[in-house]
Amino acid sequence: MLQVISLLVENKPGALMRITGVLSARGYNIESLTVARTLDPTLSRMSIVVDIEPQLRAQVIKQMNKLINVLQASDLSDAGAVKRELVLIRVRAAQASRTAILKEAEIFGARVVDSSTEGFALEVTGESEKLDEFIDVMRSYGEIDVTRSGTVAVSLEAKKLRLSPPVSRTLHTEESDEKLETRH
Amino acid sequence: MSTSTEHRPTAQRPTPATESKLMSGAQILLECLVRENVDCIFGYPGGVTLPLYDAFYDHPIRHVLVRHEQNAAFAAEGYARSTGRVGVCCATSGPGATNLVTGLVDSMMDSIPVVALTGQVSTKLIGSDAFQEADTFGITRSCTKHNFLVKTIAELPQALHEAFYIASSGRPGPVLVDVPKDVFQAQSHYTPVSEIHLPGYRVFTEGHTGQIRRAAQMMWDAKRPFVYAGGGIIAANASEELRELVELLDAPTVNTLMGLGALAAEHRNFISMPGMHGSYAANMGMSNADLLIALGVRFDDRVTGRLSAFAPHAKVIHVDIDPAEIGKNRVPDLPIVGDVKRVMQKLTKVLHELAPEHRERNAGDRTAWWRQIREWQAEHPLTPEVSTTEIKPQHVMREIDRLSGGRAIVSSDVGQHQMWAAQFIRFNQPRLWLNSGGLGSMGFGLPAAIGAQFACPDKLVFAIVGDGGFQMSIPELATIANHGLPIKIVVVNNGYLGMVRQWQELFYNNRLSQVELNSFPDVTKLAGAYGFTGRTVEKVSELAPALEEAVRENGPYLLNIRVSPFENVYPMVPAGGAINEMVLGPPQPVEV
Repeated sequence: MLQVISLLVENKPGALMRITGVLSARGYNIESLTVARTLDPTLSRMSIVVDIEPQLRAQVIKQMNKLINVLQASDLSDAGAVKRELVLIRVRAAQASRTAILKEAEIFGARVVDSSTEGFALEVTGESEKLDEFIDVMRSYGEIDVTRSGTVAVSLEAKKLRLSPPVSRTLHTEESDEKLETRH
Repeated sequence: MSTSTEHRPTAQRPTPATESKLMSGAQILLECLVRENVDCIFGYPGGVTLPLYDAFYDHPIRHVLVRHEQNAAFAAEGYARSTGRVGVCCATSGPGATNLVTGLVDSMMDSIPVVALTGQVSTKLIGSDAFQEADTFGITRSCTKHNFLVKTIAELPQALHEAFYIASSGRPGPVLVDVPKDVFQAQSHYTPVSEIHLPGYRVFTEGHTGQIRRAAQMMWDAKRPFVYAGGGIIAANASEELRELVELLDAPTVNTLMGLGALAAEHRNFISMPGMHGSYAANMGMSNADLLIALGVRFDDRVTGRLSAFAPHAKVIHVDIDPAEIGKNRVPDLPIVGDVKRVMQKLTKVLHELAPEHRERNAGDRTAWWRQIREWQAEHPLTPEVSTTEIKPQHVMREIDRLSGGRAIVSSDVGQHQMWAAQFIRFNQPRLWLNSGGLGSMGFGLPAAIGAQFACPDKLVFAIVGDGGFQMSIPELATIANHGLPIKIVVVNNGYLGMVRQWQELFYNNRLSQVELNSFPDVTKLAGAYGFTGRTVEKVSELAPALEEAVRENGPYLLNIRVSPFENVYPMVPAGGAINEMVLGPPQPVEV
């Protein structure tokens, strides 16, 4: 089964590379990955879908939690969570099938975002399996172009975010400078 | 820079004492190092670090010029391993930075606090394939605990202090700070950083009180307890706490390769190193214990052998500061995440509380357990091979052990000599045994000894190296000569890459492929060329006097000891074997 990992990360250069590095170093291929800013613009929410052997899942989450830029990594695969994906699809279709396409779109809750003589551009959200079906149906009407957003997920349980408080460090002052100077 | 100054009123308010003066990025960097109490850094200059080296010119921090950047990283490790303080190394962009990589992985594997400073091409040029440009930030992502690319002078102090904090706290490790040339050159007011805020960097130190209580109960309940202590004890400076715990429980104790010296070798509870080349008693103890108390260890494959057969009768208590180590290899019955020093202090307290009720309960079983351990020790003791006709490498270790008396720093390279040193040289204190445990980097021994000798100028430092690894770091003889470092370099020379040859002998039908090291230089001439003494020893009778002479000599000394070429390291657990299935010695000729 695919694993859905949700991460809250600092919005800093290199953060994405560190996280994907945990996966690529172990030879895992990422099925999908989405990142976007949260309400706090210094943070990003990331959802990753990846196929990891069950016995190694906890280890991967721990390794991600170890990263300095990661505030929280959690496995949403088995937890109560809503998982959705967005698909944008362009269908080139003959005049004759336009009505049928709109009917199908309605069944799947898709919205027309562009209409031209060539065909339609549609958007639809839902669970990934449902979207697979929608894409199959649309393909039967003609040539299509598809862009999928990848899964985004939100946990239904409030998970307590444990953050480290600021640490004050006693750094060496001028006195130690003098000591250093006398040493040489 | 700014035109606003022109419009300032001429009568400026007096500068408050706290307002800092304008400094360059390079000066700010050195100021931060001073505030981190850095007294010595190992490095090699280059194009983009010119502004930094200009600042070094009249700065009190000592800069040690090594002869290859890899050795700067190893020397910083030697400094850190022998003191517990953060070791610092420095290299230029491109090749300088890539040469640090092996040392960074090495300190990552062994959890050694190191800060690496690298120059980078100017921010405008980053990504343009500029001269000596490499994506250091990307390259070192996976071989550091964390890394920084500092793109403005304003971020520099924060990044540097965070680097030192991250390197030295929690599970220690290497942190790299990559600084572009224009950031070194920029000017700014320096404001000291007094606070570090890394919300996602969680360090668990205290240990769960309930878990600690349960662990103490398990310890008193055990009939055959066994302490498996590793490098974490040394990183946490927790030797004293380990000794107290071990004595209170009166448990037999092994120190891993990374943990040698954590419990004094002379301590009556100390058995030896466990694992692939551990002693019979250590491995049998692990295999027969009913409680394994794992402290600051990571169940490395070289210790456990075949994991499914490791300590099959034991419940496991695993204490480690890194939650990702818990259950990574062996799933413990009782995990405690925390600083092993704090956890052991608390454990000892609870053990004392419970002692009156429990101490005597399993006394009989525990006496029998000790009797069994002593029997195993007597059955197959770990004793060095000694011959009257040729110098056995084990004999070399015995002699060094005699001269050290458990007090000298021994920096080892990687291979057979490393295992013999670990088996036969006793360490009665932590931070004396320096070796590349996790990564097994040949070339480590000599530069690490340099770092240790700079950190501990009054200590006797041996660099025990093979003829292979020695030649990997041979340029550092110049650094040693340059500073007159009184390091005793002992080349355990068997003319082979001994450990690879041992495996070819045992597992590849004795087809010795590319392991013979011919044309080893004449060390008298070699050391002489650098201006110090070198000597080759071939006779058994000369071994002890030569080592004594080396130790007596005030300066550096290079000893090339021709040892018997085909000696192998035993006991040995073949790869994939269970640790109680040791090969105890070479195959004996069968008498017909």
